[in-house]
Amino acid sequence: MSTRLATGGRLINTDAPMRFTFNGKVMKGYAGDTLASALLANDQMLVGRSFKYHRPRGIVASGVEEPNALVNLGVEGKFEPNQRATTTELFDGLLATSQNHWPSLEFDVGALNARLSRFMPAGFYYKMFIHPRPLWKHVYEPFIRQAAGLGQAPKGRDADSYEHFYAFCDVLVVGAGIAGLMAAKSAADAGARVLSLEQAPQGGGRAPVDGGQVDGVPVDKVVDQLVSELTEMPNVTLRLRTMGAGVYDHGYVLGYERLTDHAPDQPGPRHRLWRIKAGQVITATGAIERPLSFAGNDVPGVMLASAVRDYIVNYGVSPGDRVAVVTNNDDAYRTAIAVKKAGLDVPVILDARVLPEDSPLMAEARAAGIRVMMGHGVASVMGGKRVTGIGVCAQAGEGAVLEEIGCDVVAMSGGWSPVVHLWSHCGGKLQWDSDYAMFRPDVHKAPVGGDGAAFVRTAGAANGHFGLHEIVGDGHACGGLAAKATGHTPRKTDAPQGDSPSEAPLAQVWIMPQGAGKTLRAKAWLDYQNDVKVSDVQLAAQEGFESVEHAKRYTTLGMATDQGKLSNINGLAILSDALDQPIPQTGTTTFRPPYTPISMGAIAGEARGAVFQPIRRTPMHDWHEANGADWEPVGAWRRPYAYVRQGESVHDAVMRETRNTRENLGLLDASTLGKLLVKGPDAGRFLDMLYTNMMSTLKPGKCRYGLMCGENGFLIDDGVVARIDEDTWLCHTTTGGADSIHQHMEEWLQTEWWDWQVYVANLTEQYAQVAVVGPNARAALEALGGMDVSRDALGFMEWADGTLGGFDARVYRISFSGELSYEVAVRASQGQAFWDALMAVGDSLGVMPYGTEALHILRAEKGFIMIGDETDGTVIPQDLGLHWALSKKKDDYLGKRAHVRSHMADPDRWKLVGLETLDGSTLPDGAYAVADGTNANGQRNVQGRVTSSYHSPNLGKGIAMGLVHHGPDRMGEVIEFPGTDGKTYQARIVSPVFYDAAGEKQDV
Amino acid sequence: MLTLTCPCCGVTAEETEFHAGGEAHLTRYGPGSDDTEFEGYLFMRENPKGVHFERWRHVYGCGKWFQVARCTVTLELFGAYPAQTTRPPQALQDTITAKRPGWSWNDIA
Ligand SMILES: [Zn+2]
Repeated sequence: MSTRLATGGRLINTDAPMRFTFNGKVMKGYAGDTLASALLANDQMLVGRSFKYHRPRGIVASGVEEPNALVNLGVEGKFEPNQRATTTELFDGLLATSQNHWPSLEFDVGALNARLSRFMPAGFYYKMFIHPRPLWKHVYEPFIRQAAGLGQAPKGRDADSYEHFYAFCDVLVVGAGIAGLMAAKSAADAGARVLSLEQAPQGGGRAPVDGGQVDGVPVDKVVDQLVSELTEMPNVTLRLRTMGAGVYDHGYVLGYERLTDHAPDQPGPRHRLWRIKAGQVITATGAIERPLSFAGNDVPGVMLASAVRDYIVNYGVSPGDRVAVVTNNDDAYRTAIAVKKAGLDVPVILDARVLPEDSPLMAEARAAGIRVMMGHGVASVMGGKRVTGIGVCAQAGEGAVLEEIGCDVVAMSGGWSPVVHLWSHCGGKLQWDSDYAMFRPDVHKAPVGGDGAAFVRTAGAANGHFGLHEIVGDGHACGGLAAKATGHTPRKTDAPQGDSPSEAPLAQVWIMPQGAGKTLRAKAWLDYQNDVKVSDVQLAAQEGFESVEHAKRYTTLGMATDQGKLSNINGLAILSDALDQPIPQTGTTTFRPPYTPISMGAIAGEARGAVFQPIRRTPMHDWHEANGADWEPVGAWRRPYAYVRQGESVHDAVMRETRNTRENLGLLDASTLGKLLVKGPDAGRFLDMLYTNMMSTLKPGKCRYGLMCGENGFLIDDGVVARIDEDTWLCHTTTGGADSIHQHMEEWLQTEWWDWQVYVANLTEQYAQVAVVGPNARAALEALGGMDVSRDALGFMEWADGTLGGFDARVYRISFSGELSYEVAVRASQGQAFWDALMAVGDSLGVMPYGTEALHILRAEKGFIMIGDETDGTVIPQDLGLHWALSKKKDDYLGKRAHVRSHMADPDRWKLVGLETLDGSTLPDGAYAVADGTNANGQRNVQGRVTSSYHSPNLGKGIAMGLVHHGPDRMGEVIEFPGTDGKTYQARIVSPVFYDAAGEKQDV
Repeated sequence: MLTLTCPCCGVTAEETEFHAGGEAHLTRYGPGSDDTEFEGYLFMRENPKGVHFERWRHVYGCGKWFQVARCTVTLELFGAYPAQTTRPPQALQDTITAKRPGWSWNDIA
């Protein structure tokens, strides 16, 4: 069993006991424990089930590489799935449950999958896709749905807050192990601004567990000394619980700080995303131990040798009473020695190597009375939910069991892999080191910054150094070089001298035993979380998935939440062997940020709720809010869709507003429409290029409706242009187009016609604009008093400056409704007062404000197009019957050349028509009109689609516009629109102008 | 996250303050051009592995367009220059030659 030891545990405080709950069972731990160490202290080795076969899974590691110990943490607004127990700090009251099992962790129905495992080989999911539909519906889909997903998605809204933080430094050091601390210190001593990040709650990394001396001082004391010195230095910021998540272009780095995960009652944000710009980045990210691939290596109790040692030394926890060690290198002997020192039993060390003589660590183990079997390995593991023993075999053989040895933990070590992730994120290259069987950074091929010089360096174990002496020397030198690269002068100090025992070389062992047959290989796990075995990778290679990227996706190796931190190198060694090619030729899969999963909350930071996208408000926004506005988002604006009165539905309100505007007087807040002032000696020439029609000939005082196309010929915007004076035009754009058309104009002026003298100013927010619409519109303005707004003084499509009710006003006689209509612009600061004045004088004239939906119905009744309804980026003016707006006099304008491309001039393009249902109902927006026959995919042919559809209260029926094949030539014809409601709508093709076809009402 | 310096206002800022505008030095073809010319202008773009010339706009700054020479492999920046030119400045071309001997782009170098 696993249990708490009577002594030891350098990180725990036994004076601070804590209670926590796992699967409803109350357990005890100490401050300084991780959830994993506390679970082990309570003899809870079984912590979850694997993804595919629901195999029992135990704790394997002690850090971020843990693939198995993923739990649900917290409840409701604090619930979070897939949290690694090995990096979750224990706190009093912690609630955790295990994942991926039903009905219980101990008894799981899905474990049946394991018995079917030979029917679920590599590429299983892909192979299923080729099966016919009935098999999918009744067999595969229910199976996949039941098995899909790890953990549960949170249901509640996240109760915590998050933030972003910007930081700048000369030298960023990722990792505060002994190498990172040395690097930070030497960079800081040179005067560089240093930011040092450490993902763990304490600095030091592995060094204090592995031991040794630096300049004659025990390494744990050296760590304490460095941490306290760095903490004191004014040019150093040292952040614990902060992971370097990703390294990006030009020295941009994301850090992920976990502020309150370990202390949920502490106020403030839970996570902080550090957005760092660093002159130089040092990755001192250490190394991760590799598992060995032997049959049964996934049985709970099989652990990394280094993790066994960590639990004993750091947490005073024994993972088991009898720890068998299996290794291909010297480092695992440290575990055997640590286990023995803790008073526990090491029945055997199985060392796959055959060496001429003992190294110092081997000698020390033997001297401690431990039985060492050289040239041996594990043939089998006994036990289901917990290891009970192992079968020993010769490494060189095929797995014949020579002896069975009882144990409850197997501590395995297949060597170490440098954590090269951050080095690789931004293009740093790797080289294969066959002595250590690992990929290490190729320091001559580092990521470069904007100046072409390397900006990432690497130090310590992350750089492929494993002896304490090499690690501290590398860290010290690297810090100095990084400081120098940022313009600082490193102090001339002696390199620190590390002291640790010399080690015998490792042997490359990718499968144990070497001659393992099919049965053993099918039980040798590579990826514990996704259930990928040695046999799966071999099958993938056999089926032609030779690229490591293909093999990864086909087998799902390394695609779990741990991203293959344990499995990748072992997997690609197996793949290389299967392909009979050297490992570097196979290469690695791409290392992508983040290094470990980071919370979505941290990515969002403060950008949630009201601040996700700040709302743009017109000057009359608050009035709308107070008067029943049912808001519609339009870009970043909110516009009233309708003003809903007490006891009225939104639809009722829209009908009332639409009718009232035709019958009496409507007011529309049109302030959001774009208002671009275009001025200069070449302004007319410029607008002639931007609009399809002629704007240079417009007389001052007049308005003209204009269309804009992109260079590819498609409509991008429309609106009324007013000529203000000889060299000034005011261009109205759509609400959504205000910013984009401004940028469009700037782009052409700056990058194509830069010698033209034109200036564009976006005045959209400088004016409040009100559309005063309806038969009583003139009476309302006359009641305000001031300028002459009579037909003679201000005709249709004219504008004038003057005063109205004492307000300085610019009045445009334009109409988007077909009614008598004025659009009045006043200074934005006077918008609300002007609106109030209009409402007051309108009281006796039947005034009602109207919203965007009434606006839409009114324009549709008139057959006016709306950018975004009748257009979708594939529609040209000719499709909409707007030929009259295409100037024939101009040699050139944007879109003119494109309009003669063959597809644009094709007579078979769908064209705008009106549509009227035979029964008066309203056509579904977006519905397609079907034609005879079917296409190559067996789908009904289509001949048109609805672009706008409304119920018109003025006409008492549904009206619509649509694009129909040869539409304008088919007036009176009835076509069919199947709806998604099961009903087929029959509609007659008619003119799109449903109301006042002669246009008399707007020109009175 | 590239760090760019705007040649118009001199501000050095992160990529998020700029907007990428595609290939630089396109020649506009309008009415009267043949289909191949117009197709090339509208659709055909360089996609080099190495030296590239591209347009950027300092959208959250001075609002001006400018042009950048950049290595698409290493993200090294060779220089930035105003939008109001149809060819990269000779000095910039020389800088690139010193760093990437034998480079070429479109009809340049
Ligand atoms: Zn600028």
